[in-house]
Amino acid sequence: MAVSSAQTNGQSRRAHEPHVSSPAQLIGIFAALLALTGVTVAAAEFPFGDLDVYVALAIAGVKAFLVAAYFMHLKYDHPLNAVLLVFSIVLVVLFLGVTLSDTTQLAPEVQAAAEASAASP
Amino acid sequence: MIAEAQLSQGPAPHADETFRAHHFETAEQQFAAAKLGMWLFLVTEVLFFSGLFVAYAVFRVLHPEVFVNSAALLDTKLGAINTVILLFSSLTMAWAVRCSQLGQQRGLVLCLSLTIAAAVAFLGVKGIEYAHKWHEGHLWASQYGGPQAGETFDRAGSFFSVYFAMTGLHAVHIIAGIAAIGWLLKRSLRGDFSPAYYTPVDVVGLYWHLVDLVWIFLFPLLYLVG
Amino acid sequence: MSTTLPPTTRLPEQAWKSEPISEPDYLRNKRGIMSWVYTLDHKRIGVMYLIGILTAFLMGGVMAILVRTELLSPSRTIMGPDAYNHMFTLHGAIMTFLFIIPSIPAALGNFILPIMLGAKDVAFPRMNLASWYLWVFGAVFLIAAMALNGLDTGWTFYTPYSTTTNSSVISATLGVFILGFSSIFTGINFIATVHIMRPKGMTWFRMPLFLWSLYSTAIIQVLATPVLGITLLLLIAERALGIGFFDPKLGGDPVLYQHFFWFYSHPAVYIMILPAMGVISELISTFSRTPIFGYRFMCYSAIAIAFLGFLVWGHHMFTSESAMAAVIFSALTFSVSIPSGIKVFNWLATLYKGSISLTTPMCFALSFILLFTIGGLTGLFLGALATDIHLHDTYFVVAHFHYVMMGGSLMAFIGGMFYWWPKLFGKMYSEFWGRISCLIIFIGFNWTFFPQFILGSRGMPRRFYDYKPEYQGLHVISTSGAFFLGIGLILCAAVFLHSLWRGRRAPANPWGAATLEWQTASPPPLHNFVDDPVVTDPYDMADFELQRDTGDYVRRPYTPSQSDGTETQS
Repeated sequence: MAVSSAQTNGQSRRAHEPHVSSPAQLIGIFAALLALTGVTVAAAEFPFGDLDVYVALAIAGVKAFLVAAYFMHLKYDHPLNAVLLVFSIVLVVLFLGVTLSDTTQLAPEVQAAAEASAASP
Repeated sequence: MIAEAQLSQGPAPHADETFRAHHFETAEQQFAAAKLGMWLFLVTEVLFFSGLFVAYAVFRVLHPEVFVNSAALLDTKLGAINTVILLFSSLTMAWAVRCSQLGQQRGLVLCLSLTIAAAVAFLGVKGIEYAHKWHEGHLWASQYGGPQAGETFDRAGSFFSVYFAMTGLHAVHIIAGIAAIGWLLKRSLRGDFSPAYYTPVDVVGLYWHLVDLVWIFLFPLLYLVG
Repeated sequence: MSTTLPPTTRLPEQAWKSEPISEPDYLRNKRGIMSWVYTLDHKRIGVMYLIGILTAFLMGGVMAILVRTELLSPSRTIMGPDAYNHMFTLHGAIMTFLFIIPSIPAALGNFILPIMLGAKDVAFPRMNLASWYLWVFGAVFLIAAMALNGLDTGWTFYTPYSTTTNSSVISATLGVFILGFSSIFTGINFIATVHIMRPKGMTWFRMPLFLWSLYSTAIIQVLATPVLGITLLLLIAERALGIGFFDPKLGGDPVLYQHFFWFYSHPAVYIMILPAMGVISELISTFSRTPIFGYRFMCYSAIAIAFLGFLVWGHHMFTSESAMAAVIFSALTFSVSIPSGIKVFNWLATLYKGSISLTTPMCFALSFILLFTIGGLTGLFLGALATDIHLHDTYFVVAHFHYVMMGGSLMAFIGGMFYWWPKLFGKMYSEFWGRISCLIIFIGFNWTFFPQFILGSRGMPRRFYDYKPEYQGLHVISTSGAFFLGIGLILCAAVFLHSLWRGRRAPANPWGAATLEWQTASPPPLHNFVDDPVVTDPYDMADFELQRDTGDYVRRPYTPSQSDGTETQS
């Protein structure tokens, strides 16, 4: 879809052809999502140790990609909309990463301070 | 493709000017605006939920054992059922968009009704889970262990605070989605939508898929890896 | 029909003087209170925002005067310590959330953005009206806190104090939560409008810099404000239910609150200053009668400031975060000074060899450059870790952000008000008294806040009710400056009100600016333009010529070969 160019070009462009998902595609994506749900439940039983959360996030990421690309039509949409979604996720990662690294850096200090205050009457 | 063949015979997309506001030059421009507006709103939703994910990450990294032990208290089976229900509702919503694009009036009504039914079922399962947690005293930090627990402090409360905040906020979004899809249903019964005008179905669909997206992450993070 | 000529050039000189108003302007288009309550016109919504934020500014200003009066002497002067805490908190909260954040984008921006763009309205007019109503509801909740138990947490609502104090934190944070949605709605609207509604010929790099700055601001509003929303929601849940995210007693982490809060509130600082920078770009260019120097760099620097604004929130937490984070955030903080420096440099370069006319808006713009530069440079002291340990939480910080927020944003807002006033209400104001008010505000501002730099570097902590006697001299100077500043602002308000009742009728283009809002009548008709405007370079003012008798600038006639050949001006 021509989000910004339709107007700046100043031409009354022909109405765009929307993407219509075929039944096969919709069912296929749904089946894939169900299968991945099964995989993630099964993977949780399997002890990956510390990697558990990353495996789960990776599978969730694939599922999210399928929903965003096909159910939400991003694959066929104006790229700006996909850029928006990706950018928001980048920002979440920034927020999460920095806050997390600061908190873990600070945790020993907080622990020590808590013990000190517990020790002194 | 059948779909494309049908489409080429019907009216041009966004050709219906009935619902065009005066300040747009074409209905096509209005559709683009609505879609961009909804995507911007979804961006705000992603960042709105981000705070809870950050809190989850911080508490989990600081106290991994608490999260592992507490997550075992959640019912994975109910969580998985709810995941399937929500994925199904996403399918019916996507199908509703397809129906509206192709002018399949009855299909549209059916798909929207199924989506609402799935959403209600999701809330029902959620309600069962909540009732169970309430009964067990697995509540958020200040109420953990139930009212009789007194002043004892249990870190498991942190997990359940995160659990209730995340699933609670998500449930609020489900309720808002039911309202929005109900509005679509009302309009579709009135016959507002056609291949020439289906903007509301498309943008509400986007919102509904985002609600699903959030759950796709909540389910493993809360129920599985804990 | 030729599309390269504006309508005015095709009219003979005699004809346009008695030009019949083909359409009533937006103020007279419909009458009655209901025509305002339900209006979807972005201009009327802008005016309603203007009334709202000016009311909030008056309240916040009165509180500021009371706070300064209390500080005339150590311990009690006119109020007790609790009342003082409530007073400075509400002054901060009202000024931040009710005034500065919506001031330029929601009031001036709402009015100007679509016209400047050449559009009929913003993309989502209903949402625009909803944003105003949300503002009103938010304001009611925030101010209700004052009527209930007051609010004494400071505008930042820091935990754990905000979860234990018995003042009305829930009402206030609910208010701010609602105000956040108002701000998000404005942001979504502006982004969609700029992307979708640009008319033929309005390319990205023909957009005036005010639009670029509003666009960058809108990006921040959309990306940052939701985080404030969830933060305040969690704070409310913390107080109401004891959810324990931020309360150490329940296993929570108060520093987490600070991360959450500043992830929004630092970018919010740029919500406050970026639109101001856009206003100043317009003012400096118009009143130097020169295209802005380094236009593209101005566009890019606005976007760069918006993005860098997301990387520096930790510099508000130098004393509460880990040493590693503090070092990284300190380094990143300095990077923001690069695009800001580009902007100041380009404004000065625009002035160079410009044909400067010291109208009232220009006086405010020049004040802005000076005060913003002082505010920005003192920010470097606070961004450097070593000096910040000394200056942290002192009056130096108070002076710094008042120089940026008040000397910057407020000066630009008033300057923009004077600049667009003829367009808003179709009336000219008294240039003489306008300039006098600017002079008084400028002197009063420095008189009030410069001593606070000294106070802070000598160790006077911010937000304190009581202080040691040796600080009193500087406090007295600062307070007397505040009264002088108040007189300037009252005079400024008087100039505006006088203009409404007695002002001369404003021509369409009193300043000779080339941006589109000056190509339509003052005040504009309901759909902004009677004929589609012609988009040209926004800063190419060379073609505009002053008509002595009307005070209007009209585009100089084209050579006959270029015109449509039917008529030429004599």
